Amino acid sequence: MAAAEPRSGRQSRTAFWNDPRVRAIIAQAVVLLLVVAGAAYLINNTIANRERLGVASGFDFLWQVAGFDISQTLIDYDRTYSYGRAFLVGLINTFYVAVVGIVFATIIGFIMGVARLSSNWLVAKVASAYVEIMRNIPLLLQLIVWYFVVLGGLPAPRESIALGEGVYLNIRGLFLPKPVFGEGTAIFLAAVVLAVIAVLVLRRWARRRFEATGQPFPVFWTSLAILVLLPLLGYVLAGMPITFEYPKLGKFRISGGLVMLPEFMAMVAGLSIYTGAFIAEIVRAGILAIQKGQWEAAYALGLSRGQTLRLIVIPQALRVIIPPQTSQYLNLTKNSSLGVAIAYPDFFNVAGTINNQTGQAVEVIAITMAVYLSLSLGISAFMNWYNARMALVER
Amino acid sequence: MRLSTLFAAASVMALAAGGQALAGPTFDAVKEKGFVQCGVNGSGLPGFASVDDKGNWSGLDIDLCKAVAAAVFGDASKVKYTPLTAKERFTALQSGEIDLLSRNTTWTLTRDTALGLDFVGVNYYDGQGFMVPKSLGVKSALELDGASVCVQTGTTTELNLADFFRANNMSYEPVVFETNDELIGAFQAGRCDVFTTDQSGLYSSRTKFENPDDFVVLPEVISKEPLGPVVRHGDNEWGDVVRWSLYAMVEAEEYGVTSENVDELKANSTNPTIRRMLGVEGEFGKALGLPADWAYQIIKQIGNYGESFERNLGANTPLKIKRGLNDLWTRGGLQYAMPFR
Repeated sequence: MAAAEPRSGRQSRTAFWNDPRVRAIIAQAVVLLLVVAGAAYLINNTIANRERLGVASGFDFLWQVAGFDISQTLIDYDRTYSYGRAFLVGLINTFYVAVVGIVFATIIGFIMGVARLSSNWLVAKVASAYVEIMRNIPLLLQLIVWYFVVLGGLPAPRESIALGEGVYLNIRGLFLPKPVFGEGTAIFLAAVVLAVIAVLVLRRWARRRFEATGQPFPVFWTSLAILVLLPLLGYVLAGMPITFEYPKLGKFRISGGLVMLPEFMAMVAGLSIYTGAFIAEIVRAGILAIQKGQWEAAYALGLSRGQTLRLIVIPQALRVIIPPQTSQYLNLTKNSSLGVAIAYPDFFNVAGTINNQTGQAVEVIAITMAVYLSLSLGISAFMNWYNARMALVER
Repeated sequence: MRLSTLFAAASVMALAAGGQALAGPTFDAVKEKGFVQCGVNGSGLPGFASVDDKGNWSGLDIDLCKAVAAAVFGDASKVKYTPLTAKERFTALQSGEIDLLSRNTTWTLTRDTALGLDFVGVNYYDGQGFMVPKSLGVKSALELDGASVCVQTGTTTELNLADFFRANNMSYEPVVFETNDELIGAFQAGRCDVFTTDQSGLYSSRTKFENPDDFVVLPEVISKEPLGPVVRHGDNEWGDVVRWSLYAMVEAEEYGVTSENVDELKANSTNPTIRRMLGVEGEFGKALGLPADWAYQIIKQIGNYGESFERNLGANTPLKIKRGLNDLWTRGGLQYAMPFR
């Protein structure tokens, strides 16, 4: 302390506003105060002005009858349901298109990313062209092309393109037979669950045996056989409980069956092909990040190129891939709000309608922001968990 | 597009922050800045609001914006236009981004109250109709069970549609678009069987079709759609200016005052109503806070309601809309100006 004393003596002579520590605290306090005051001022003024204009406020409108219909509803909904329910329908539609889009974007991205590194000149160039074209054209433009040009060119319902028994494609969408679950469906479902469990057990056993004896087991083909045959057996034993309702051509449209709206198809196509281009680059970067020595060592052990990629390179590359991949998933989810341009009833579209019918912009925007924030944080949390799991494998 | 609503909401906050500017009447603010900021249809509705390749706006709704500018400044060109979608329009007015909304907007109870707005008149009496391709062979809207219907978001049309199909026990598939242009594209491509909006909107949109003759408007009118200008609630002086600008056009038609003869009538007319309206007698301008010749300027520069109607929607335009409900009350229509007294 002896050394510190003269210094503190000097410090006491310095004015406190010259002390960097005190200064830092004061600066931060001032900034915080300004931010809080600014926010309070904004909120206060908003409330005051809305009261003066006589704009309705509060969240009571969520329980009022919505009065409008939505084209794609995965839960029960019609015009007599509430605005709150309409929000939920929109949220589910956003979730639906985001999940399907993420699955396709990942598949496309992985295939294209690997293809770009292919030693086959043609494959590599096709993949490069895909990446460079798709990621450099604005997504909104791509969605509009998919919707108005590609799907807009499909024929009218009466000239539907038949793609096999009970499957029709026309400008109103893709029509598929709809499964109707009869008595005994439970037995069939039990068989499916059983098959999945059997496959999981088999994989563990095969892995252990491989690690113990080094003998590979054809896991893929056995799994496939179990997954097909066991449910089939259950299906026959239960007396074929599932029948199909086939779409029928009516006056205006095809009725019955399942329908996939063209808005939905355009969204999935646009989102997954656009995001897939970014994922392809991430995958390529991930693979290139693995040292050449890993490849050479694998070849030296006698593994084929495919095996090397699958067993050695990709598991390591995933650690590099996952964090930027998360951002792409978040982007895709948020980009789904562009659906409003092509009449896809996603959350943002429905929220816009509700905003207009109720006039309660502040509440509706607040709900919208909260929903997208939660969606993004949810995806983020999941991907962080997955990342942590993959990181554990690191040796 | 998706940003626009957020932006509008942000401007609600931002303008709310500048509370003092909003607290004063719009009228003073307009006089100070020297022009009227008018919210109009941004997706192009020929006859009501459309813009040509030189950037000149025209249409019935545009004439109303110009009339207000002529009344306030004596110059119909002192207008700045803000193109808006149906979804953005009310937020733009609530937030103070525009002074006046003249965008074929239906007067309803909710909008007049809970949205914090005031409707000040009706410049076009309309009703919701249906348009279908002729090839569909449909003669009545009651044959539309199971149809898929193109409709614009954020409109009364969307709600009436749901009510109509429900009341008649019919099912339908709504395909909801944000702008009229996207809707027209999808409808022509055959995405929907039916296009529904106000009848005037159907006729107007049809002028933009590639093959307008292949489409027919069904006879049913399923709703009342009184379209008119809107101001912010509690903005009474400004509301009066807009209301009486519209009435001046209607009153002028009733008394036979046109842009051609207004100079002569101002100098020579002995009719007391015309003299009062044109500011020769009385102090109407002062009562409204406007120059004495405010109505004269409107009629001189824009014309009376009938002239505006014929120029934008009448027999010599592609729309060829008959006066019908929008004729003067003296000829069996609904256009009726409150007395200039």
